[in-house]
Order: sequence, then C-alpha cells, then structure tokens
Amino acid sequence: MFLAFQYPIEIPGVATMQFLKVAANAQRKARGEKEYTVPEFMKHVRAKAEALNINQDMLKRAVNVGFSGGEKKRAEILQMAVLEPSLCVLDETDSGLDIDAMRVVADGVNALRSPDRAMIVITHYQRLLDYIVPDKVHVLSDGKIVKSGPKELALELEEKGYANFVGQAA
Amino acid sequence: MADEDTIELVREIDVDKYKYGFETDIESDFAPKGLNEDTVRFISAKKGEPSWMLEWRLEAYRRWLNMEEPKWAKVHYPPIDFQAIYYYAAPKSQAAPKSLDEIDPKLLETYAKLGIPLKEQEILAGVRKQGEPSRLDDAIGSEYASGKVAVDAVFDSVSVVTTFKDELAKHGVIFCSMSEAVREHPELVKQYLGSVVPQGDNYYAALNSAVFSDGSFVYVPPGVRCPMELSTYFRMNAKNTGQFERTLIIADKGAYVSYLEGCTAPTRDESQLHAAVVELISHENAEIKYSTVQNWYPGDKEGKGGVYNFVTKRGDCRGHHSKISWTQVETGSAITWKYPSVLLRGDHSRGEFYSIAISNGRQQVDSGTKMIHLGKNTSSRIVSKGIAAGRSDNTYRGLVSAHRKALNARNFTQCDSLLIGDKCGAHTVPYIESKTSTAQFEHEATTSKISDDQMFYCRSRGLSQEEAVALIVNGFVRDVLQQLPMEFMAETQKLIGISLEGSVG
Repeated sequence: MFLAFQYPIEIPGVATMQFLKVAANAQRKARGEKEYTVPEFMKHVRAKAEALNINQDMLKRAVNVGFSGGEKKRAEILQMAVLEPSLCVLDETDSGLDIDAMRVVADGVNALRSPDRAMIVITHYQRLLDYIVPDKVHVLSDGKIVKSGPKELALELEEKGYANFVGQAA
Repeated sequence: MADEDTIELVREIDVDKYKYGFETDIESDFAPKGLNEDTVRFISAKKGEPSWMLEWRLEAYRRWLNMEEPKWAKVHYPPIDFQAIYYYAAPKSQAAPKSLDEIDPKLLETYAKLGIPLKEQEILAGVRKQGEPSRLDDAIGSEYASGKVAVDAVFDSVSVVTTFKDELAKHGVIFCSMSEAVREHPELVKQYLGSVVPQGDNYYAALNSAVFSDGSFVYVPPGVRCPMELSTYFRMNAKNTGQFERTLIIADKGAYVSYLEGCTAPTRDESQLHAAVVELISHENAEIKYSTVQNWYPGDKEGKGGVYNFVTKRGDCRGHHSKISWTQVETGSAITWKYPSVLLRGDHSRGEFYSIAISNGRQQVDSGTKMIHLGKNTSSRIVSKGIAAGRSDNTYRGLVSAHRKALNARNFTQCDSLLIGDKCGAHTVPYIESKTSTAQFEHEATTSKISDDQMFYCRSRGLSQEEAVALIVNGFVRDVLQQLPMEFMAETQKLIGISLEGSVG
C-alpha cells in the first residue's frame, strides 16, 4: 500500500535516490523477493523518472528539501511508480498544483492504472478527475461514505455542492 | 548498500553483546600494577629508551603528582584509582616481526573477528598483496582501488606490524611507532614531542607523558605529498590496562598528509582508562588531515563497564598558509572527554573541525574543539553534529578565540543536536572570545528531534523503525560524513545504525 501525501515531509541530507532504494528494498524483503542491486535499481528508477518527466538532478537532492509544490507531488508519484504498490491512496495530491503539474501527476497516475492495482484518489475538486477518470465515486462525510455512484456523481457534485449529501448524512 | 548492512548488523547485535567484545589470549608482559617513579622507569627501560626520554617522562610524572583531575566537564563517574591500573602490557611474542608470517596468528584472528571489512584488514591478514585490487572496491570505488593504505597496527601497547614502510621511505616519509622514532629519529622527537601539548598541559596529558607506551610517529619532509592514507588501529585488549597512546605527526613545509585512526575495544567489566595525546604540527603551506572513528565499548545497558576516553588532541598551524583538519566520529566509550584543537599561529592558517558524536544508553559525551586564532587572516570552521539517544548526555563545548594581533580572524561554527526519545540530553556550551575588533565570528546552533511526521513518512514507505532512524540520522550528519575518507564513510554509516540500535520504540 502506498500513501501519496498532501504535504510530503522533508528529510534533510537523504538523497531521493537513496531513500527510494531503502524503501524499495524494504518492500522487496517484505515480499520475500531478492533485493535490488545498485546498478539494477538506478536503471529502474531512471526509467521511471524519465517516463514522469522528472529531472535526474532531482534524484540527487535531499528528499523533498527545497522542492517546489509541483516537484514534491511529482516525487510522490515517482515513489509510487518505483515501489509498485497494490493499493495507492492519493491524498489531495492536486492541492497547490498548477494545470501543467496536475497533468504530469495525472499522467503518472494513469500510467500506473492496472487491473491488479487499486487506487483511491481523494480530492475536493472535479478538475483532477478530468485527467484521472474514476471508475467509482464515493462521497465521504464525517468518516462515512454517504453516497456512491459512477463517475457522473462527481460532475453532479461539482454542480450542486456537498451540502445535499451532508444533509442526508445528518 | 550501507543501509542494508546497517539493518543487517543491527539485527545481529544485542545491546549486551558488544560485537567486539572478546579477548585474545596472548600472554602479556605487565608492568607492576600502580604508578610511581619505578613504573615510569620500568616502561622506559622496557622500551630501551635513552636517558633524555626517561627524564622527560619523570618530569611529566612529577608534574602530574601536583595536578588535579579536571572536574568542569559535564560527565559523572566514580573516582579512578590510578594505583589499580597496569600501565604497561605488551604481547610477549614481540621480537620485531619482519613479515606478516611471523605475526602471532591470534593477533590476525582478532583483526578478523573485528569484522571490519576494511582493506587494511585484508592487507594485514595477508589476503591481498599491496597494489592488488580489492573486491571491496565495487562498493566504495575510490583512490583505495590500489589498496594503498599504510597500516600501523597497535595491539595494546606495542606496534606489531608496520606495512608499506618501504614505499613510504622512498618518498622520505617516516611512519613508525613512537618507540621506534625515539630510537631512530631522536632529533625529531626531541624537537617536536611536547611542543604542542606540553607535559604539564592538563592532568591526563601529564599522565600520558609519564607513562605513554606507544603510538604512531609521522614525519613528512618538505614538499612531499604523502602518497597514501596513513592508518592506525588502536585496540585495547589486556584487562585493566590503561592505554596511553602518544601520536606525533609533523608535516614540514609544503607537505600534505592524511591520517586515519580507527578504534574498537573488547568488552570489559571494570572501566578502562584511555588517555591519549595527539600532537600535530603543520609548517608553512603544509596540510594535515586527521580522521578518527572511535567505537570503544560504551558499557552495558546500565552503563556498567565501558571505556573512559580522556584524550588531548591538538594541532599547531605553525607556518603561514598551513592547515589542519580534524574529523571525528565518536560512537563509543562510556565517557568521552575530547577537544581536538587548533592553534592558528601562522598568518593565513586554517583550522577545521568536523564532528559526529553519537551517544546512546548511558553514555556521556563532552566533546568539542578549540580554535585559537593568533596569526593574521586566520580562519576556522567548526561543524558539530551531536546525536543523543537513550539516557545519554551529549555536550558540545567549544572555544573560539582571537588574540589581539589576530587581525581579520574568521570563524564559522555550526552546532546541531538531534534528540531521539525523551530521556536524553543535548547541551551546547560555546565560548567566544575576541580581543580584536576585526574578527568575524559566526555561530549557528540548532536542536531538533526526529519528528513524528518524518517517522510516519518513512514508515509509510515500508521502512522499519530502525531503518527509518538510521536513514534520518545519516542524513543529519551528512555534511560531516562527506569530510571522511571514502572508506571510513561506508563503515561509519554502518556504525551509526549500530550505535542507535534500540533507541526508539
């Protein structure tokens, strides 16, 4: 399982590449697979980074330190791509992103879509869903799912607001 | 690569089972227990020293008698009974070995057991000949590829083997044990010994001057760039043996030398006393780089046992444009009392101090540096990273001072402390004295904790708690780690993981 943070945490002094490697190997170990060797892993990450249009220099910088909002989110998606989780939770990944950055993030997410992988995308706005078209939409209020429906539900929400559903829940 | 190894090691090691806690059974040749003039004479005679050396020792002993133990450091320990210590112990089979084959296999075994996969070890054990590439190179890849590390191994008190001597001799570099230097190069020893740390400098330095058993001596002649890293392993082995090392490094005009010192010690019930003295002398345009990794036995969970490390290290930038750089990684010892300092006497001279001090369990660290600016346009830089975990206390104590004539002295100090858990302490005690208005001193200090957010972030990526701490701490000390020679860097990353084992959760 993978959680893409709304506000990714900074870890000073730890290069992104190093962080990715420790995390990936921890996962592999847990799954009983062989750990990556260094060259193998570098290749793996470089390929993923390229696909996400991420500058190689970013991999050398410390985790999230001095990253712009867009860079942080892209780094999150890169982590997701490298770690290949079976369940991804994206927590308001669209917050603080401009249109272009959102497109990059969405493309990254879409590239990871597969029948073996579940994704939960948490957002307040329809806009992200223009790029990441959901299979199902759930409305969450007070920790409960108050309404579920197809992707059209999001459009309906965009029009009418959340008030109706919150009212139903009460 | 280093991180996985860290985890691996952390798993293998139990707090109570200090990895390097074993004792090699080699017959020792002891001086009588306790300290008096006869002990000093015994040591001197044992080493076949000339009379001037004996007189020098006796002078130090007499001064020591009138001195008092320093009490200002923030460390606590029961009084030391200086009469209950053996001041000299040497492995019996010490008739100057000519080659590795002649060395007591048990000594080599001990080094093997240390499990430090350093190339020194390979060379020392004769696995690999000089100049052959090492299989370790893939992992580190550096100038070490050629395996050019000269080793002077100190086993208890006597230097057992000195390698690479011939190659060094070709360049005119003298690298030998202190006892040998006293015999072979008395004029150099006479000139420099005690010129930076005089006999009566402080309580422990005086004690060391009286009873020092051995250590390393390095002399790099004018204009010579020492062709390899020099390295020493200090290791305490015999029970109740105080180890009193004396190191003297001289870089003559325009010379350069890099010296590495690495230490581990076996488990011991009674606390062991270690009072070393290191003197560095850098002449004009010369540079000395001195790196230490110290991993002595810190005592068990309750703080029982463990090494007392009371060390005086000082460098003297004697000529203009000279440079001395200290890098230290302190992870071991029950008590550390250590202030590698630089006297910036020459104009335009430069002093550097990079330190990582990690304390866990009940360890007490009181360490720092002194930068004494005497010459004009001198500069110094201090980067200290203290990490306190468990119930330990970690103090940085530093002095930066500028003499009246030290025009345009510059210093930059950065002191960062990281706390792990809520039962440890980090303290910073900086002293700044400036007697000239042209000096520019900067001091930056931070104290932080590993935040829950950082832990959560790492944990959410699948890292275990220990992996996460090791990773974050390694990031925290990165600035200093980069100052270490490549080879020590990899080893140190592992050490950090081991030292912090059991510090969370």
